[in-house]
Parts: sequence; C-alpha cells; structure tokens
Amino acid sequence: MSDCCSTDTGVALLESPVVAPRTPGKIRTVALVGPPNSGKSTLFNRLTGLRQKVANYPGVTVEQHFGKLSGIGRSDLVLIDLPGIYSLDSYSEDSRVAVDVLHGAMPGTPAPDAVLLVLDSLHLRRQLMLAAPVLSLGLPTLVLLNMSDLMETRGGEADTLALAKELGVPVAKISATRGTGLDAITHFLDSKSHTPQEHPTTRLELPVVGNPRSYRQWATGISTRTKYKAPLSSEWTRKLDKILLHRIWGPLLFLVVVIAVFQVVFTIGQPLSDGMQNILNTAGDKVGALLGHSWVESLLIDGIWKGVAAVLVFLPQILLLFLFIGILEDSGYLARAALIADRVMRSIGLNGKAFIPLLSAYACAVPAIMATRTIENKRDRFATILVAPFMTCSARLPIYILMIAAFIPNRDILGGFLGMRAAVMLSLYVLGFLAAFGTAWLLKSSILKTASAPFILELPQYRLPTVRSLSLRLIDRGGVFLKQAGTIILSVMIVLWMLSHVPFHADLPQSVIGRVGLWIEPVIRPLGFNWKIGIGLLSSIVAREVIVGTLGTLYGADPATQSLSLQAALRHDLTLGGAMALVVFFAFAMQCTSTLAIVKRETNSWRWPALQFAYMSVLAYVAAFATNQIITHLF
Amino acid sequence: MMNQRQWISHQNSRGIHTLSALSELSVGTTAVVESLDLPDEIGHHLMHMGFAPEARVVVIRRAPAGDPTVYSIDGFEIALRRETACHIRVRPQQEGPR
Repeated sequence: MSDCCSTDTGVALLESPVVAPRTPGKIRTVALVGPPNSGKSTLFNRLTGLRQKVANYPGVTVEQHFGKLSGIGRSDLVLIDLPGIYSLDSYSEDSRVAVDVLHGAMPGTPAPDAVLLVLDSLHLRRQLMLAAPVLSLGLPTLVLLNMSDLMETRGGEADTLALAKELGVPVAKISATRGTGLDAITHFLDSKSHTPQEHPTTRLELPVVGNPRSYRQWATGISTRTKYKAPLSSEWTRKLDKILLHRIWGPLLFLVVVIAVFQVVFTIGQPLSDGMQNILNTAGDKVGALLGHSWVESLLIDGIWKGVAAVLVFLPQILLLFLFIGILEDSGYLARAALIADRVMRSIGLNGKAFIPLLSAYACAVPAIMATRTIENKRDRFATILVAPFMTCSARLPIYILMIAAFIPNRDILGGFLGMRAAVMLSLYVLGFLAAFGTAWLLKSSILKTASAPFILELPQYRLPTVRSLSLRLIDRGGVFLKQAGTIILSVMIVLWMLSHVPFHADLPQSVIGRVGLWIEPVIRPLGFNWKIGIGLLSSIVAREVIVGTLGTLYGADPATQSLSLQAALRHDLTLGGAMALVVFFAFAMQCTSTLAIVKRETNSWRWPALQFAYMSVLAYVAAFATNQIITHLF
Repeated sequence: MMNQRQWISHQNSRGIHTLSALSELSVGTTAVVESLDLPDEIGHHLMHMGFAPEARVVVIRRAPAGDPTVYSIDGFEIALRRETACHIRVRPQQEGPR
C-alpha cells in the first residue's frame, strides 16, 4: 500500500483511498489521532492553546475540535482533534468519523496532510495496535509516545529509534502534561513542509486490515523486537481503588462525593447566580433609565437584556458543575463512579456512565446533557439526554418555593420529623426522579432499545487534574453554552417581547400574548389554571423561573389584587388543587429554551428536542389535570 | 451462541483442558484468553481493548454491587458485566477456589 512514488519529481504521492487532491509536500492540516485516555486532549490543548473551535461533524453527534497550531508557533497550520478510538473498525460512530476525516471524506473538513499519532507509552503494547491501521493510510505520520516521563520514572523503557525503524515513521517521546518533547512535532512538520517528502521507503509489513488478532500479533512483535519494557503499574491506583471501590467504603465515599458536589453547587453556585442576577438587573435598570421610556428602551431592556440575563444567570452554576465533572473525569474517579452506579442504572436499561450526567441535572440539565458525551453507546446517550430535564433543576425552585409558601401551611408532620412544606418539596423531587427513570425505562424498551452493545468500562489510572486543562474545559463548555443557548434564547425573547407589546401601549392582558393566554383558558381550566397562569406558562417557555416575574407583573397590574403580596394574590385567585397542579406541571414540562437548544446541538437534529418537548408537555398536562382533580375531590 | 455452563461441561466430559467462562473466575485468578463467543463487531472491539486470544487476564476486583468485575489485561484495567464476561472463554492458570 505504501510503495508508490513518482520518481521524476522526487515527491512521494502516497496511495490512499478517496483522498482529495493534496499539494504534495505541503502541509496545511494535521490530524491528531489516538486511543481514549492516551492524553490526546491534553496534547491538543497544549498545541493549540486557546485558539480552538468546537463544532459538531455534520449529521453525527461527534464533536469536532480544531485549532491553529499556535502552541508551537505554527499558526499557519490547522490541527484537527479526532475522537479517541481504539481502532478504525466501524464499531462506533467515533471511529466512523475518524476514518472519514482521515480519508478526507468528511464534508467540510479538509483532508489531513499529516498525522500525529499519540500513544500512551505506559501501555505501548496494546496502544501500538492502532498504529497498524493508521500507518496503512500512508500519510506522513509522527508517532508520539506520551507520558514518557511517567513511564521512565516507573522503570519502563522504549527505544524510539528501534520503533521508528520498525514502523517506518519518526517516533518521539513527549509529555503532554509537562509540555516536554514537543519540538519533535515542530521538526517533523518543518521537514515535511520544506523538503520534498522523502518516501518512507519501508518494507513495512502491516497486518491484514480489519483483523484485530493480526494487529495484536504485529504490535506484540514490534514491542518485543524493540525491547519495550512496560513500566510497573501505578501502585497507588490499586491502593486507592482498594478503598474507593471497597464493598462498603466505596459506595459511602461515592455518596460523600455526590453530597459534597451538591452542597457546593447550591451554597456557592446559587448565591453567585443570585448576585449575577442582581448585577444584570441593576445594569439593565441603569441603562433603561438613560434611554428614557420608549419602545426602544422596552425592547432593549425587557426583551434583549432580559434574554441575555436569562442565559447569564445560570452561567456560574453551569461552570461550577463543569468544574466538578471535569475534576471527576480528569482524576479518573468518573469511571469508578460509573462502576459503582452500574448496577442501579442497569435496572432501567441504562449503564453506570449515565449516573453522573443525570445527577448533574439536579442542578441544571444543560451541563448534564453536555456531559453525556462520555456514554459511548448512542442509544444510551440519547435516552439519558431525553430524561435529564425531568430531574428537578434549580430553575424550578423559584416557582416551587412561591407556590409552597403560598398554599402549604407551615406545619410539622411525621411527629415533627419533617415539615409539611419540606415534604411537598421532597415529593416534587421524587416525582421528577420517577418521571426520569420511568421514561428511561420506556425509551430503552421501545424506540431506543439496544441490541447487544456490551458495557465496557476502562478504568484509567488516577491522575491529578491540572488547572490548565480544567480551565480550558470551562472556557470551552461555557462558550458552547453561551453560543447555543444565547442565540436561541435571544430570538425567543425578542419574539415574546413583540407578542407581549403588540398592539403598542396595550397592557399585558390586551397584548397578543395576553389574548392567547385568555384564549387558551378553556384548555387549562381543567388544570385549575386561570388566564394569568396561562400567560405565565407561555412566557416561561424561555426559562422556568420567568413565570414568577410574569405573575408578579400580572397580579400587580390587576386592581383587585394590586394591594396584596404575590402570595396573597395567588391564594385569592387559585384553589389548592390549581396551585399543586401548577407545581406538578412544572415538574414535568420542558420549559427551558437553553435545554432545547443544547439537546438540538447534542443530538444534531431538531427531531429529538421536538419529541422531548411534546412528550413532556403532554405528561405535564395529564399529571397537572390529575393532581387538580384529585385534590379538588379530596379536600 | 452457547450458554457458558453447557460448554464447560462439554469440555470436561471430553477430558480436554479445562475451560471456564471469564465470569466464573474468582478474584485474584490469572487466566489466558482462549476465544470470544460474541458477535464479530463486539468481539473485535473487545480484542482491540485487549481481550484477544493468548492475552493474560487477571481478575482484579468486583464492583461493590458484585457486578461488573474489573479485569487487568495488558496493564489496563477494564470492567465488564457478567453478561459479557460469560462469553469469553479462558484457561485458568492457577486454580481458583471451586
């Protein structure tokens, strides 16, 4: 496969299938290939710095990272980070994407002119298996033995010269975490761009493509011939696992981690979000005052600024959650958590890897849905994405707190063990949890039924997460959220503003949205809702917490309830059945544009968010109806 | 696909070397992978992850709930559920408790 060349120019034209025409000897695009846990992302961050972009590959849910090679002073070159893969067999969507990109068959992605193959030098024997299919592509390749510092301190040995001879391509030792050995990449790229490409005159004997057994024999042969000595395995990973996966301590420590994460997200994240809200509101008011009363002011402040604020308010919490997920993932604990949770998650047809994402959804569904990328099985991943918004996120709390404070007496039940208000709040959490698990089970036994994909979980060695990689992750994820949710929320906010201000100078009840609210009253009447709640529901399509503000405005403008506080006004206007139906409605309904935007991005189609919205709305309606009817008949 | 119990007894009755399912081994046992009784797609993926014939596998520990089990293969630690591990035939190297 690799011995064709045009001798007259001295330039090697390497044979590879379906490759778009390349300028020989000229490198523009470099692909970064490597197995999962080989430290590929760390290297990518190291090489591109902050100048990286994230997108989805067209038609699939695989994320595409690319950036300029500014980390080594080659901003003229683009580095594409391929998903972590074990082989080029099409077992997963990830490897299909990798194969397409490497062959230049991925629309919108330029065919790579060179390959950086990252292998974990601690486990070279197995990692070399990926070299066989990658080398057989015939592209200029540099093999990077990552974590070589760690390998050598643990008594391992790898001979790069001998390996280069065997593989027919240059081999270099690097440490992506420390940034050592990276000049080998510069040399490689320089030599490939300036001198005419010398043909890798290898009589390289590559194994039969697609046969893992021959790959393995080939890889074992090479590591034996080059006298590769595997380092001793990390003693303290085993020791830590003895405690962290202990029959009793394991689950207990797991619980402690979970509680600690929540404690921090709510005790630090919530005040941060509240502070953010105050700053944004004050800023909005100040700017609004400067503009004076006009429709421009109203559009800018009530429409656009509020839209921006609705997105930004959740940013502190989302970033905090990403920080935790990042620490869990980078340290290696995430895999252990998946191992511990697998038994429980299996009962609803999911696997252990869905646990942490679903848990994060208790704070916010957005980071939860973005965290499902660690679930390789696509159907499991989609099921997790679809049920995550049922978990009681913090945006539901304002309306829960308002309605519970207004309608539930502050009385102790269960012999003073539990307050009645706390009990109602707790049941709402349980309700969300049951809806999520029931739906997951339903999905996994119907449209997302998995044929026979096994649960295979690699337990990486424990590592100390670096500040650098954590902060890059935060910037990356935060950016995706702001871009995706921001653009959609902004347009929805502007449309809602128009609907609530047309015709001009009309009060909310006379506006288009007010009329729609009145018009849908017959539909929501069986739930115990009036037209004001109707308008509140319509306005909270942007985000759940918006309903509190809308209700405040509506009851404040109504002469009958003007003098009352919002709680008193609600008691005056709603029955207990209607009030409880409202919180139940919020437990189930998908009133969050950010989540819909992120689901669209992660599933790469509007079909799933549409299905999710429809399913959750129907469920919310039915459950709210039942709640109202039951409570009205009982009390 | 044969049930693991069937083929264990099958092998024993013929008096050929003892084969077990990977899932049957107790913690601490070392074994050599013989073959994978799984559809090609999954089997190949497992082989890329190290579960290839002649590979040496050590049973490291079970998850707190008793399943999945962590195996060490090629210096990696990989957890498999019983439902997957029972389709991997191995030759135990040292006798695990019966």
